[in-house]
Amino acid sequence: MSKKLRVATTSLAGCFGCHMSFLDIDERLFPLLELVEFDRSPLTDIKHCGPCDIGIVEGGICNAENVHVLREFRKNCKILIAIGACAINGGLPAQRNHLDLGSCMTEVYLTEPGLAHGHIPNDPELPLPLDKVHPLHEVVKIDYFIPGCPPSGDAIWKFLTDLIAGKTPELGHGRIKYD
Amino acid sequence: MVTRTHVHAGYLDAVLDRYGQSPDALLQILREIQEYAGYIDQGAISYLSNKLRIPGARIEGVAAFYSFLHLQPAGEYRVLFSDNITDRMLGSRELMQRMCQQLWVEPGKVSEDGLVSIDTTSCTGMCDQGPALLVNGRAITHLTHQRVQEIGQLIRNRTMIQDWPADFFRVEDNIRRSGLVLGNQIEAGEFLRAAFALGSTSNIVETIKQSGLRGRGGAGFSTGLKWAACRDAPGSEHYVVCNADEGEPGTFKDRVLLTRQADLVFEGMTLCALAIGARKGFLYLRGEYRYLLDSLQAALQRRRDANLLGKNILGKPGFDFDIVIHLGAGAYICGEESALIESLEGKRGVPRNRPPFPVTHGYLQQPTAVDNVETFCQAALAIHMGAENYHAIGTEKSTGSKLISVSGDCPRPGIYEYPFGVSVREVLQDCGAVNTRAVQISGPSGACVAEHEFGRKLCFEDLPTAGAFMVFDDSRDLFEVARNFVHFFAHESCGFCTPCRVGTSMLKQTMDKIAEGHGTQHDLREVENLDHVLQTTSHCGLGRTACNPVLHTLKHFRPAYENRLKSLDFEPAFDLDGSLARARQMTGRDDAGAHLNTEEA
Repeated sequence: MSKKLRVATTSLAGCFGCHMSFLDIDERLFPLLELVEFDRSPLTDIKHCGPCDIGIVEGGICNAENVHVLREFRKNCKILIAIGACAINGGLPAQRNHLDLGSCMTEVYLTEPGLAHGHIPNDPELPLPLDKVHPLHEVVKIDYFIPGCPPSGDAIWKFLTDLIAGKTPELGHGRIKYD
Repeated sequence: MVTRTHVHAGYLDAVLDRYGQSPDALLQILREIQEYAGYIDQGAISYLSNKLRIPGARIEGVAAFYSFLHLQPAGEYRVLFSDNITDRMLGSRELMQRMCQQLWVEPGKVSEDGLVSIDTTSCTGMCDQGPALLVNGRAITHLTHQRVQEIGQLIRNRTMIQDWPADFFRVEDNIRRSGLVLGNQIEAGEFLRAAFALGSTSNIVETIKQSGLRGRGGAGFSTGLKWAACRDAPGSEHYVVCNADEGEPGTFKDRVLLTRQADLVFEGMTLCALAIGARKGFLYLRGEYRYLLDSLQAALQRRRDANLLGKNILGKPGFDFDIVIHLGAGAYICGEESALIESLEGKRGVPRNRPPFPVTHGYLQQPTAVDNVETFCQAALAIHMGAENYHAIGTEKSTGSKLISVSGDCPRPGIYEYPFGVSVREVLQDCGAVNTRAVQISGPSGACVAEHEFGRKLCFEDLPTAGAFMVFDDSRDLFEVARNFVHFFAHESCGFCTPCRVGTSMLKQTMDKIAEGHGTQHDLREVENLDHVLQTTSHCGLGRTACNPVLHTLKHFRPAYENRLKSLDFEPAFDLDGSLARARQMTGRDDAGAHLNTEEA
């Protein structure tokens, strides 16, 4: 039997909905595990990813840490996939893009009562937010996109099995959804 | 609002009456309101909506579609600098900047006192005498620093435009080489008499077919076949439409034909009417050529007085035909024949699904022959000289002559008429161009030809052209040329189909990304992918050809792109570290974690 493919997954500025949808492949996880092994992923709790064949990234890029993680994935994954509306278009988090970040922070931490004791958090442990939320392909090169919010378990299964079989993934009618 | 309506009623009623209260004339009505009031306000829209019995949203939709119509006050003086690459090469950008400084106004905005707005517009067809601009729709040519300063002064003094020096508005014909069409001195009416002599109307169509005449708008469809199909199509009325919406950047031959040979154009249209059985014709004149309107109306009136238009033309019983001039309002897409017809019907200029073609379902869904200005001239000449003599000119599959609009890096820009089959090199020699790096044939949607191809011939068999011939010498950067064209397409996309609306903008962003030094090989590959999407899925030719400038220059001048690339696989189009600046400012942080270096990727 040929070597198992290594797969890493992560969620950046997303809601983990795409990961939940991934779990919707249900019992097909077992045949999948015959073919792949997981590197960094919420399934393994490995903190940094090593060399991988496939990287799957959910969510857009809203802060400096997202950039670091995405770059780590790009550096280590031969094939990098953007999954879901936020990864592809920025999605819901990008709704803040028409607001000035400074006034957002003022509103949240200074004007509104009850938060953060009247100052904007400045702990170096915290990643700084970017002034705009970006889709993944604006920050690194992305090889494939799986649209949907979230894409169905079937779509993810079809996409991965095509990829593992060495076929250019084709979701086909009924599996491509943009909402 | 009630009082406003009263204010409107006066002049609006006059305009509405002039157009017979017809919703089909909406664009003309809006254009007149724009000319009178400087913009189209909500009061006017509700008034029109009531009178014409069409929804206000439709009126607003039409007004918003055309560049020269404004829904907000756009200044007493509206200055639009022609933004074709040939204008830029003559320094238009710097001149515009100067004028903005002089009048204290930002490009694209109205000055605070409401006096003036300054912006750019697509090519105004004055490429041989640029840089050019339009002020309240009137063309001014030969801009220099001095002239721009004088214009600024006139605006500041609120001098009425009719009192500006006439010299500013002088448009030269610049005919450098004339032939069959430009040299025509045959008297008006002689062409019609020649047609009568052919006997039946079917002989006219047959003659045109045998002459081998092909449309001069660029596509090169057989004019005889078109007229035959239109004649044979059933309909309550047949229409003749002359396409003078000469919007392809770098083209200005129709302007010269309408100045010098208006009678020949109208005679060609009348011949077509006789051949297809039409009683009404339209000349769709691009808004940029508004200044020609009065002389063209006068020419039409002369023809009516001479019984060359009207009832029983030249005494032929039942041969009734007249021509109406319809003015465009700044929309390149209206040069596409079905978009042009939509515009004639007072709608947004969105191309129709084809088939059915206009020859069967055109204006008001009736059979309509739409031909280019030059085509009508050629048709009249072909009838007059006979199919055989006409066929002898040019090449086997491209008969007759062709007007070429030469502009760019050469000492003698202007109009050159050649028999079809002239080589690029011959034209370059005649216009005196030296050290030529490339020629853009037939405008941005056409072909970019490099030196090793200068032996190629202008004709449908080799290099088809609608007439534009823009010359670039070895001081020019072909990347910037292509970028200018890509911006043009993004601006002129009508927005109806997603591939073109989004694709042309993505292409523009990619070119800007490369221009700003963020480009990578990946971006060049993406252009090729985009081209595939645009070619296979766009609704009309605009989207299908939008990638041509990039693909052609990439083919011949790849280093002009590669020199600008970062040697990385991928690079964001924006400054990642810069996008943390606001957060750094708000949190007062400047530690290592508060920065993103670009090298790490």
